[in-house]
Amino acid sequence: MLSGEPAHWMWEGFVTTLQIASISLVCSMLLGIIICVFRMTPFRLLQWFSLAYTEFFRNTPLLVQIFFWYNASHFVIPASINKWMNALYHWFPGPFTLFGHEFAGQWMLFNVEFITGVIALTVYTSAFIAEEIRSGIFSIPKTQLEASRSVGLSFIQAYRYVILPQALRIVVPPLISQSLNLIKNSSLCMVIGVTELMFMASQVESYYGAPFEAFSAALLIYLVISLFVSFCINMYNKHFLIQVSY
Amino acid sequence: MHWNVVIDNFDYFLWGRASVDGVFPFVHDVGGMAAGIILAFFGILGAFWIGLAAGLMRLSKRWWIKYPAVAYIEVIRGMPLLLLIFWFFFLAPVVLGKSLPAFSTTLVCFIIFTGAYIGEIVRAGVLALPSGQMEAARGSGLSRYQAMRYVILPQALRNMIPSFVNQFVSLTKDTSLASVIGVNELTRTGVQVDNREMVASFEIWITIAALYFCICYVLTSISRRMEAHLSRYQARGR
Repeated sequence: MLSGEPAHWMWEGFVTTLQIASISLVCSMLLGIIICVFRMTPFRLLQWFSLAYTEFFRNTPLLVQIFFWYNASHFVIPASINKWMNALYHWFPGPFTLFGHEFAGQWMLFNVEFITGVIALTVYTSAFIAEEIRSGIFSIPKTQLEASRSVGLSFIQAYRYVILPQALRIVVPPLISQSLNLIKNSSLCMVIGVTELMFMASQVESYYGAPFEAFSAALLIYLVISLFVSFCINMYNKHFLIQVSY
Repeated sequence: MHWNVVIDNFDYFLWGRASVDGVFPFVHDVGGMAAGIILAFFGILGAFWIGLAAGLMRLSKRWWIKYPAVAYIEVIRGMPLLLLIFWFFFLAPVVLGKSLPAFSTTLVCFIIFTGAYIGEIVRAGVLALPSGQMEAARGSGLSRYQAMRYVILPQALRNMIPSFVNQFVSLTKDTSLASVIGVNELTRTGVQVDNREMVASFEIWITIAALYFCICYVLTSISRRMEAHLSRYQARGR
């Protein structure tokens, strides 16, 4: 189990999990910030859009969303985009070697399944991230904004120098735990054939008939990731979390 | 558009191949959304007791009570539910000596999985009460168990109700994972109809998402309203 092909497969799956999770994390942070800003603008239409977006994507299962993006989205998105996504497969190089392991690059990376997985995870996580940033900003009492406006700061300055520095401190721990959720949720992408850790574990299971070993190894890897992330949260809380004035 | 596919199969989405007769459970082969709700309901019911035990054990001062609960909560919270389902699905036949139906397997997994999260909710809820409550209860002559049973838990559990409802919502969403090992619930019925019809994917998945959304959104709104209502009567540390 610890050497040869199964270990190679598991390592490949681990790398794919990290890739899909990190790419979707960056995208969902950006999208989440945009959705949150929409919610804060004075325009009704943008507010409604943001509200509908967060409520819809937070209240439907990720699995259904993945099936939607994979099975159903090509009925509605333009044919040219479909064609472009299907062609991405050809852009990337063949097998490559990393840390002594050979990776079958072309079929693993950036195929349609991978991109669909990134889209589904991004959309799902960004709804949660938007809500967390918003509740972080709302937890700063309104008097802070009023006080800073009355000392003569502009609206943007008030946010830049008074509200956001306090809000970001509150927002960071839930965002870290959200990124952990993202890593765990990325296991659902196996149903559409993204070759991440769970997919590889079940492949080892069916190929070698060793379900206990395969899933225990996967469990161990997920545990190490999540313990590392909670270690990060604790370190952050210890060093950076300063009591906010109310 | 092929909305007629959705309309024709709508009853299948709602309760699958359910049939009613005189033999004991009276309703057989429940599937679709009804199966998901049954899974989530019994899941949260079982998880409540496991979570209550785990959360209180974690608060104990004796290491041999505390650390098993810590290990349970941390390990379960660190793994994806899909992994737990697969693990249990393949482990259960080895341990029990016979294969377990997929429905029971997922139900057990939901109970174990949600139990860990409820354990954390219980722990946080008990710790959130001002320490004066415990001190006053002990000071008036109650034992630690009595203080927990008659003073702390009645208050703490009431404050936890919104979190329980939120957990119920996320469990309802997680019942979709049961489809991966073949339980015939809402997501699985969607896959089946989608694979049979081939042309109506968009309509089918929008309908499935909307059905989940209806349940979850109603519950989320209820929990929000409760939260606002309950926070008024909370004991606060001064």
